[in-house]
Amino acid sequence: MIQQPTNTAGGATSLPAPPSAGSVTLTINGVQRHMQLAPWTTLLDALREYADLTGTKKGCDHGQCGSCTVLVNGKRINSCLTLAVMQEGNEITTIEGLGQPESLSPLQQAFIDHDAFQCGYCTPGQICSAQGLLNEGRAHTEDEIRELMSGNICRCGAYVGILAAVKEVVDKQSEIVK
Amino acid sequence: MSQLITTPRLVEAGTSNTSHIGKPTSRVEGPAKVTGTAKYSAEFNVPDMLYGYVVTSPITKGRITKINTEPVLALAGVVQIFSHENVPSLAWFDRSYKDDVAPGGSPFRPLHDNEIKFNMQPVALVVAETFEVARYAASVLEIEYAEDKFDTNIDLKRDEGHEPGSGKTGFMPPPPPRGNPNDALKNATHRIEGEYIHGAQHHNPMEMFATTVEYHPDGKITAYDKTQGVYNVQQYITKIFGLSKDQARVVNHYMGGGFGSGLRPQYQVFLAVLAALELKQSVRVSLTRQQMFSFGHRPHTLQYLKMGTNPDGTLAALHHHALHETSRFEEYTENVVNWSGMLYQCENVKLGYQVAELDVYTPLDMRAPGAATGSFGLEVAMDEMAYAAGIDPLDFRIRNYAEQDQNMKKPFSSKKLRECYHEGATRFGWDKRTPEPRSMREGNQLIGWGMAGGVWDASMQKAAAKATFTADGKLLVQSAAGENGTGTYTIMTQIAAETLGLPIEAVTFELGDTNMPEAPVQGGSWTAASVGSAVKNVCTDIGEKLLKLAQKMEGSPLKGASIDDVHFADGQIRLSANPSEAVVVRDILAASGEEKLEAETSAMPNLIKQQPYSMHSHNAVFAEVRVDEDLGTVHVTRVVNAVAAGRILNTKTARSQVLGSVVWGISMALMEETVMDHTFGRYMNHNYAEYHIPVNADIHDIDVIFVEEEDDKVNPLGVKGIGEVGMLGVAAAITNAVYHATGKRVRELPIYMDKLL
Repeated sequence: MIQQPTNTAGGATSLPAPPSAGSVTLTINGVQRHMQLAPWTTLLDALREYADLTGTKKGCDHGQCGSCTVLVNGKRINSCLTLAVMQEGNEITTIEGLGQPESLSPLQQAFIDHDAFQCGYCTPGQICSAQGLLNEGRAHTEDEIRELMSGNICRCGAYVGILAAVKEVVDKQSEIVK
Repeated sequence: MSQLITTPRLVEAGTSNTSHIGKPTSRVEGPAKVTGTAKYSAEFNVPDMLYGYVVTSPITKGRITKINTEPVLALAGVVQIFSHENVPSLAWFDRSYKDDVAPGGSPFRPLHDNEIKFNMQPVALVVAETFEVARYAASVLEIEYAEDKFDTNIDLKRDEGHEPGSGKTGFMPPPPPRGNPNDALKNATHRIEGEYIHGAQHHNPMEMFATTVEYHPDGKITAYDKTQGVYNVQQYITKIFGLSKDQARVVNHYMGGGFGSGLRPQYQVFLAVLAALELKQSVRVSLTRQQMFSFGHRPHTLQYLKMGTNPDGTLAALHHHALHETSRFEEYTENVVNWSGMLYQCENVKLGYQVAELDVYTPLDMRAPGAATGSFGLEVAMDEMAYAAGIDPLDFRIRNYAEQDQNMKKPFSSKKLRECYHEGATRFGWDKRTPEPRSMREGNQLIGWGMAGGVWDASMQKAAAKATFTADGKLLVQSAAGENGTGTYTIMTQIAAETLGLPIEAVTFELGDTNMPEAPVQGGSWTAASVGSAVKNVCTDIGEKLLKLAQKMEGSPLKGASIDDVHFADGQIRLSANPSEAVVVRDILAASGEEKLEAETSAMPNLIKQQPYSMHSHNAVFAEVRVDEDLGTVHVTRVVNAVAAGRILNTKTARSQVLGSVVWGISMALMEETVMDHTFGRYMNHNYAEYHIPVNADIHDIDVIFVEEEDDKVNPLGVKGIGEVGMLGVAAAITNAVYHATGKRVRELPIYMDKLL
């Protein structure tokens, strides 16, 4: 628990106290999680530091790289750009919720098959973003996928594999729709 | 001790389901990476952990005059603030702070004294109970400074460069001039000269540097650190903090990208260990993306090249001089110009290399250090020379093909660069190119085709590995190597499985832990050769033990056979002369009554075998750009990269390394640059929004060719390494393509559109 600061003696200026933690309930991968969080805790830090769901990655903390992409009610967002308290009542899906090593999602399997990663650090964000892309149903061509996957940076430069993996799953999905 | 032998099924000699080397095996750690279960350094959530947040200097040079800690320490949740004012006495001599990859000089010591040596220098660590409070507390910590004048601009140091001393391990001073380079240039039929420049670049791996130090009740620590060398970090922290090796274990199972940035221990590991030892509690320190620009970079480099040709289109003379920045406290070196003395045949060569001191942090090896830089200058100059002499740029290179390394005066152990040229050109369709600039277009898209190439060291270091084969038929192999996306887990699993004739699933390879046998830092493209050889050796040792036990089995067909008489395949030990005579490996331990077999050994380069040769990998790159005639925007629409790097252990992961290298080359050519504001001595675009690197939409067709190249001299596996060679020449090929498209010769990277308008 964070307590209120006491003002220092001797005339030293006292600084604004950090906000206190409070109860927050988040629905993550279908499970309700009760946490004690200060209101300035981002969803990203809530996942990684408080819920021990470290599959969601921090690459910049400024919404510039996409590593922290998760799905909120099926839509992809940067979890570093939203506070955890703002997501109460929403369905949050992280990479852990998409599949596990013994039960991979089609996208996860396609990423392995096409070697769509090297170091693996941007990968959970890429896959969550690709799942969001599938949910949106907007991307069909290679150029559309490239453009709509461009919010996720990969410094290893695995874009050729990422495109191939996402395209394969997009194509399979459109066959099912047909 | 003995048991009846299962009759093995008949197989033809030489065929097996357990030959894995060279196959496109999917990454064995793939499931862990795509599900987020692979744990990186900041993801070990140990109990009762504190968070440290780094405060960095806003000034470039001067002194800290006051740190007002009192109001910050009074904040609820703040535990301690570490600065030079309260750091305990640590190791005194420079040698304690020198890591395996340190250049000459005095390494930077975090929080050592009140002196500021570079902008964004770490000056304090605020430790708090939560990340949020640590971040807030760090943001309100008031520090006063006295500023001194500083120099950060290499442009103003052109006349103050000096030849470096011995430099760091692997640095080779340029060879002395050969022939008569001045006269040969003067008498040349055609001449070109120019200055080639690129600014500073930062590695920027996706994972930010972080260390989680777990403090154990007995006072020992485990540091989960982002590093390319756990042993390098262990010796660094044990020497500085006076710990024994068993008191400080360093672990890195997964590294979210390195590219050289993790070769040296970075300051967050120092700060996290300091805080954990002082507070006797577990601590995590993660850097911010901005702070990722506060240590180590590819140095801002100025290159000057002069060339001349003979009437027959051969090189008459080649001069290549480079000057780059280093810090005031360390003399960073890389091999920038040496490549120019060996890539092409030329009798009259003069190479020069200098560094100049600035008030910046020490530069740091970044993917293909020196060669990425040097191949840009050399290969753009070669294109200019080809045009000046009226020769096709590819033909010009073939005319000047080097059959031996003229720097070392040695033959190459193998060199298939000619095949790279031919196979790359054929795949690309180079023969359809019209040579005149601006001669190819579609609408307002100017199309340009350019090519270039490069050369990189094939090195091997000492490495060790341990193997354990258990009665259930499983093999565990361990070595403290690194996995930063290069495919180490997978290729080592392939080597181990093939050596003992096992399926991939029966083998587990573990890495990145100082409790395992030592491996060199993950760099220099030497991991496959070094750790791979150790893995092969240790598995061969297990194989010998298995053979001995197999020979004790009742009715063993292997009695009297030596290890050279048998081979391991499909889970059997087979007589090579008659493969139907075999023993099933899984039966051997059961028959012997042993629960497991263990072996530990190392591999070293065979210097006697290597000494007569120059050992290098090569590549040739062909690039197509489309330049919007009105806007000057450049798109790289097609790249073919033909690589000769010895034996390719895994065509899938190796291809990915070269694909990534091409993306790096595109980035270097068109986007990447850390911009210094010399008024403040500070990098101004220190974030992912303004430090531009390619996104998915920037990358189009990339074709990778592995040219067959056998080499029995480099190492027993015949591998040369693949992590760096693919990047060579990419930026030059694009620059040359831009010239072909537009007629504008750009000599300063990156090629922003203003340079084409």
